[in-house]
Amino acid sequence: MKYIWLIPLLPGIGAAINGFVGIRSFSRKTAGAVACTMMAAALGLSLVAFWQLLALPGEERAYDVVVAQWIPSIPLMTQHGIGAFQVPWGFRLDPLSGMMLLVVTFIGTLIHVYSTAYIADEPRGGVARFFCYLNLFCFFMLTLVLGNNFLVMFVGWEGVGLCSYLLIGYWYEKKSASDAGKKAFITNRVGDWGFILGVFLIFYTFGTVDFRAIQNAAATMPVETTHFGVLSFICLLLFVGATGKSAQIPLYVWLPDAMEGPTPVSALIHAATMVTAGVYMVGRNAVLFSHAPQVMMIVATVGVLTAFMAATIGLVQYDIKRVLAYSTVSQLGYMFAAMGVGAFAAGAFHLMTHAFFKALLFLGSGSVIHGMGGEQDMRKMGGLKKYLPVTFVTMLIGTLAIAGIPPFSGFFSKDEILFRAFLSNKFVWVMAVASALMTAFYMFRLMAMTFWGTYRGPAWEAAGHGASHGAQAPASAAHAAHDPHAAHDDAAHGGGHGHGAWHGPHESPSAMTIPLQVLAVGALVAGLIGIPAALGGGNAIEHFLEPSFTAQAVASHEAEGAPAAEATAAGVHEAPAAGEHEAAPHVSRGLELGLMAFSVLIAALGIGLARKFYVTSPEISDNLAAQFAGAHRVLSNKYYVDELYGATAIGGTFAAGRGLWVVDRVVVDGAVNGTGWITVVTAWFSALTDRTVVDGLVNLVGGTVQESSHVFRRLQTGLVQNYALLMIFGVFGFVSIYLFVR
Amino acid sequence: MITPTHYMVLSAALFTIGVIGVLVRRNIIIIFMSIELMLNAVNINLIAFSAQLHHVVGQVFAVFVIAVAAAEAAVGLGIILSLYRNKETINIDEMNLMRW
Repeated sequence: MKYIWLIPLLPGIGAAINGFVGIRSFSRKTAGAVACTMMAAALGLSLVAFWQLLALPGEERAYDVVVAQWIPSIPLMTQHGIGAFQVPWGFRLDPLSGMMLLVVTFIGTLIHVYSTAYIADEPRGGVARFFCYLNLFCFFMLTLVLGNNFLVMFVGWEGVGLCSYLLIGYWYEKKSASDAGKKAFITNRVGDWGFILGVFLIFYTFGTVDFRAIQNAAATMPVETTHFGVLSFICLLLFVGATGKSAQIPLYVWLPDAMEGPTPVSALIHAATMVTAGVYMVGRNAVLFSHAPQVMMIVATVGVLTAFMAATIGLVQYDIKRVLAYSTVSQLGYMFAAMGVGAFAAGAFHLMTHAFFKALLFLGSGSVIHGMGGEQDMRKMGGLKKYLPVTFVTMLIGTLAIAGIPPFSGFFSKDEILFRAFLSNKFVWVMAVASALMTAFYMFRLMAMTFWGTYRGPAWEAAGHGASHGAQAPASAAHAAHDPHAAHDDAAHGGGHGHGAWHGPHESPSAMTIPLQVLAVGALVAGLIGIPAALGGGNAIEHFLEPSFTAQAVASHEAEGAPAAEATAAGVHEAPAAGEHEAAPHVSRGLELGLMAFSVLIAALGIGLARKFYVTSPEISDNLAAQFAGAHRVLSNKYYVDELYGATAIGGTFAAGRGLWVVDRVVVDGAVNGTGWITVVTAWFSALTDRTVVDGLVNLVGGTVQESSHVFRRLQTGLVQNYALLMIFGVFGFVSIYLFVR
Repeated sequence: MITPTHYMVLSAALFTIGVIGVLVRRNIIIIFMSIELMLNAVNINLIAFSAQLHHVVGQVFAVFVIAVAAAEAAVGLGIILSLYRNKETINIDEMNLMRW
């Protein structure tokens, strides 16, 4: 466990190797192998570390490792006088970070393997670049997860944002991709602004940025139930950061656009790991948040509204990845709703199960897109079940999981959230149930449009080894394999995988299907660690995670002596924070079971509706769309939020820019030009003065001399006798004066 | 009896003749001689007072004046010669090179 700092470092080394050497000289296989090896090693280390963590008794499960001092002590102003701002490169392994660690390394490794096949048609340097970014992402994500203070976390936080930008814009020659990358990055920066302000306020308030120290200090502060105090402000600012990273209202707009990136990237970054960083961060600061109930209310409301809104948009999207993107936004909303109602463990549990089934769904959609030669529009799919059997089965498992059908993993986590929401806030619960209904509906709509029904895509040439598939192809053979529709979306990727023409939908290579199968198993069983007590389970995950959400200072193994007193001191005040959570589960078992049955019913209803609309009688959906054309248009256009932002934030920025430009032109340029003009004018007057007065005086002197010289030069006769005569007159005159005047 | 007054009158007369000669004559040689006349008028004055006052300084000065006059005569005659070579004349009225 002493070497947990190696876990982030390994992918970092991989990124460095691929980045500095690989782009120039590695083959596609070598680049993939380097990246996969590093991730696998990180996974192995994580498993060992997690195993050691589990071996510890429950209350001591925390381990801090300080690798090096990062920022030496800098005197900085805090609330209580001058504080020492010092930050170590500290890593912390506790139940929450341990869980995230496993999720990131496990899913990361699978996605690395999957990517080797998915991007095999890219140019050689591009593959190495891709794996370099992917490894770099894992490095930053693991830094984020393992950091034991806000600044180390912030390094990871910013780093994953950077890698997200790089990977969304991986096909940077495509304008929409590079635009989406910029959108993601800039939207994230708005959130990061809140986050860093929150960190500033934290340091000002507590004089430290260490998670554990902050929690212990916060636990001693009163719960801000009635007033909006400093803890509330901190939590609000941190939550702003979380909305940016985890795509919540109002900053969720970047995530659907992020689907421009390669599908493994969408699976890893925009479904399983990075977008959950906000949820993780809120969970990390559970003590702070439990002391700010008003902010918790905001978190829950924003979360559930996001869940609802994204789910409604997801109902009408046709791009297979966009449906999943809105589904991700919606599920993240669930997690925040859980955090907001104080069910931190449930939120983190859902984070984990979601990582499995959503990564699975994304990778499945990637497999579909791969099989369809780059097509993403579900209207051009259908009936793919027989062409992509493995993908179909695995995606069906993922879909059942997200819909919340027992015993798939999503059921346990989602039901836990719904149950806790029901206990604390009926509004949140109603919205969450409505979202659950829609989730089941749009996910089965996706399945129906993609895998069931009849094939609606472009035809292909039934020649050569494609013949086996071609037998069932629709007869519209006029369309060639290089149909522009088939290739329009992923120009770099589309049009047949670099080995000639596209020969119809086909199953993906095993490097892609094996991760799918592994994830399917994960999606199937991940929920079993959180079987609620009502069903006879131990809800192991909740008890496992609980220490991470309370202020009870677990004396770390390195410094057992010093914080012991602190720990007992904090333990006294820990009661209000933890007490709230403890009170909740003691409800009648009947109610819990009833709610469970209800949510299953809701999910089944959603599935049934989807089946009716898209399998048995497809005309219903068109009729409904026609009947509620207005609503359909609003949903298709995603509530016009992009347009609203375009008109307000972006338009406002442009308008402000233009306004500033006018100010620049009028005021600044005016001032500069005015100064210049004044200089010119004064120079003109100065020149005039110079010409008239100064030159006048000089010329006057000169002229006077010249004019008088005309007169006086007559004296210069050049005749010696004249001079002598004058001299004699002079001598005579002076002698006369001497003689007579004396 | 010849008194100092006689010497001074003679000296003054000679000096005046010299001055008038310098002022009014046109021939440069004559002017030159008039200058010599003025110098020697001064010499007479110096010798007269030296004898009158029994003091030798006057005579010493007279000797100096004679020496200077000799040098002046050499330089002056040189100038006159060179002028004459250039202008083919010794008329002072035509020597107005320093005229405006």
